[in-house]
Amino acid sequence: MGNATGPLVYCHNRCPPSGTPRSKEAAITTATANEPAVELAGITKRFPGVVANKDIDLKVAKGRIHAIVGENGAGKSTLMKILYGMQRPDEGVIKVDGSPVTFGTPGDAIAHGIGMVHQHFMLADNLTVLENIVLGSEPRKGGVALDFRAARKKIKEISDTYGLGIEPDMLVEELGVGDRQRVEILKVLYRGARILILDEPTAVLVPHEVDELFDNLRGLVREGLTILFISHKLDEVLQVADAITVIRRGTTVAAVDPKEVTARRLAELMVGSELPSPETRESTVTDVVALAVRDLRMGASGRSVVDGVGFDIRKGEVLGIAGVEGNGQAELVEAIMGMRPISSGSITLNGRDITHWSTLKRREAGIGYIPEDRHRHGLLLESPLWENRILGHQTRKPNVRGIWIDRAGARRDTQRIVENYDVRTPGIEVDAAALSGGNQQKLIVGREMSGDPVLLIASHPTRGVDVGAQAAIWDHLRTARAAGLAVLLISADLDELIGLSDSLKVILRGKIVADIDPTSVTPEQLGSAMTGAGEGA
Amino acid sequence: MSSFLDRMLGRVKLGGWLAVAAPLLAVVFAAVITSVILLATGKAPLEAFNALAQYGAQPRTMVTIINTGTEYYISALAVAIGFRMNLFNIGVDGQYRLAAVVAAGVGGAALVPGVLNIVLVIVVAVIVGALWAAIAGLLRVTRGVSEVISTIMLNSIATGIGSWLVKNYFGVLTGNELATKEIPADAHVPGMALIPGTQLQVSGFVVLAIVLGVAYYVLLNRTRFGFELRATGKSESAALSSGISPKKMILTTMIISGAMAGFIGMPELLGSSYKYGTNFPTGLGFTGIAIALLGRNTPVGMAIGALLWSFLDNSSDTLQLLDISKEIVAIMQGVIVLSVIIAYELVHRYRIVAEQRRVSRELAAPKGPQQVEGAPA
Repeated sequence: MGNATGPLVYCHNRCPPSGTPRSKEAAITTATANEPAVELAGITKRFPGVVANKDIDLKVAKGRIHAIVGENGAGKSTLMKILYGMQRPDEGVIKVDGSPVTFGTPGDAIAHGIGMVHQHFMLADNLTVLENIVLGSEPRKGGVALDFRAARKKIKEISDTYGLGIEPDMLVEELGVGDRQRVEILKVLYRGARILILDEPTAVLVPHEVDELFDNLRGLVREGLTILFISHKLDEVLQVADAITVIRRGTTVAAVDPKEVTARRLAELMVGSELPSPETRESTVTDVVALAVRDLRMGASGRSVVDGVGFDIRKGEVLGIAGVEGNGQAELVEAIMGMRPISSGSITLNGRDITHWSTLKRREAGIGYIPEDRHRHGLLLESPLWENRILGHQTRKPNVRGIWIDRAGARRDTQRIVENYDVRTPGIEVDAAALSGGNQQKLIVGREMSGDPVLLIASHPTRGVDVGAQAAIWDHLRTARAAGLAVLLISADLDELIGLSDSLKVILRGKIVADIDPTSVTPEQLGSAMTGAGEGA
Repeated sequence: MSSFLDRMLGRVKLGGWLAVAAPLLAVVFAAVITSVILLATGKAPLEAFNALAQYGAQPRTMVTIINTGTEYYISALAVAIGFRMNLFNIGVDGQYRLAAVVAAGVGGAALVPGVLNIVLVIVVAVIVGALWAAIAGLLRVTRGVSEVISTIMLNSIATGIGSWLVKNYFGVLTGNELATKEIPADAHVPGMALIPGTQLQVSGFVVLAIVLGVAYYVLLNRTRFGFELRATGKSESAALSSGISPKKMILTTMIISGAMAGFIGMPELLGSSYKYGTNFPTGLGFTGIAIALLGRNTPVGMAIGALLWSFLDNSSDTLQLLDISKEIVAIMQGVIVLSVIIAYELVHRYRIVAEQRRVSRELAAPKGPQQVEGAPA
């Protein structure tokens, strides 16, 4: 379409600004739309040890939804923090509406009409919508009194203008997730933002809420607002964005038109190479059952979080559990680990009933656990790596001898894990906090694979890690599976689930609602099954 | 990441020279603040510090510094055990006093002769301290009662029970002082004439304090229990998913902390006054809290802290000769604790950034720019 190089613009050093209209449709927009609302040139930010930004070039056209995509850790958040005044760039220029600006604090950014809607809501449950919105910029009347009437009027106006449908006097605790997000958006608009940054706004939403959000966003840009949409969910980006900029390893690598690119191609741009494939080859499933869960129920009756779940995992089998987050996966995992009480049901490991065993006894019996949140559940961040090696294995060799910690043994074995699992670290005496997410995760995987586990519970094993570490972790899972390990895999990454699993179950509202054959399902089909569309399949 | 509380309570370690620099700076800072206050009240700071130092360097004072410091140190150890896993045992004060009352009563009864009586007294004190602390532990584990609240309340109850025991069971009226019956002379722990130039002897319990300090270190750093305790203190959620039962750890830690508290009154009871009466020292449990903070729960740090604290307490009387209120020392102690906490916090932040820098530098050097994505090569 008038572009000789095809749909994609590759650039190795500097990218042409992605907001530049390249398609005919984009070209017919008016002059005001061509003037960039935000322009970043040569933004560089250095941090010790983490991905920063380098030579970021970005032009965001006014009145558009501009998506910024990139892997976890590619530098999206840093970029947004720079734009929102939470970080200062080391080099480069930020222009808003054509004039250069410097932001020292988020207050400066708001003064220039830039507002941020955070991924995690920052609302007080016990206050009303109105109170939450005015919090921090309360309208004054006569010096001290709060002018709630004026605030209510203004909120109503904004809500009506953009079709947000917000009721100012509702308590926030009575609102659903989608409504809360709209309150967050309104809060930013109330402060006069004309350019909205939305950081992974769909992460917390279910599909129909995502559609509502996108309708709202379209409404906002129709009224002349500009939206920067941060995401790594490519389907959504393609659905809603007017322009897309891809960030990889801290720099802008491509500017693409959503009409001319596929999700897979976009993913490859994000990763910078052919996608590593999570696919496992030949089946290693045996007929020896390692873990049997029967009729597991958790939570009070009527409000069960896990409701009659049952399955078998055989040696050499990876069982994937698919589901929108918050449908009972986390509870199920904690039940199998013995960290959370169950109401009824049974859990059998290697033929032994472990339903009433302690977490420690279960671990000693051979359950390895890669927790969903490695910082909270997997590591002692401010302890050295070798002490982290002991964690969860504090009763077993080579970490202890009787009641004594075997420091030499633990150190030796930590060294082994560091070498075999390619944990990039200058040594085993550094604190876990000093490692990157991927290396922390490799350490955890190595630890949980030691001591000949029978069952590995892998909860989002590659969440927030770089592609290299992801491929390595997949490799380790495959190798262990081939050696007869039973794996329970929980993941939000549908490609990972489909690729690694020998069998797949879909969990919805605490119930297993579908069994799916991973060899024939597409991520799209699995995604719709997760929302209940596949019920009865 | 660790919370500020974790760092304040020393559950996060500081490495190398920084661990020394921080408290030194804090002491200097405290001296500056104290000087300002002295100047503001029209006194000469240098003269005051000089008087403190002179007095502290006298052999006689040195002995009292060591002897009081011994009690402070054991108290700090008792507090620190709780601190290392997020437990605020504010009740060390009540635990050691109740332990001392009961132990004094048992010792005074002279049920067994000589050294056996010493052992009996100490064992009784440790058991009473442990049991008294266990109440707070049980309340926390079974009913979720904050140990801060329960131990403060138990302190008052311990005072009441102690008075009641002395009045009705153990008490002997000597002159107008009501105290427990004196422990027979064959069960007195002798002092050691370590410091020449004075008749005063260094308490034999200095040896016990050193043993307890070593035991504290070994327990926390070398045993499985110590690992579980530190892990729970650093991250209760990580401990839980590692198969460590937080409830069991809370109860056990409270019991050990209380048992350690049982030792606090022993230097006084078996080495100095031989009875529990109205002159028995109180408030040592609270001093222990300050010293545990000051020494960041490390055995050596707390030893230095205990001696410093004891020096200030014992030398303060001399200030009155210069017409300076001795309470200036309390101000100094307070400022030292506050500034130590602030100094450690600053040092901690510096250390975290420095370590991340070091790791990325060391990774970047041999393996190319792979780890420092986005940064200029």
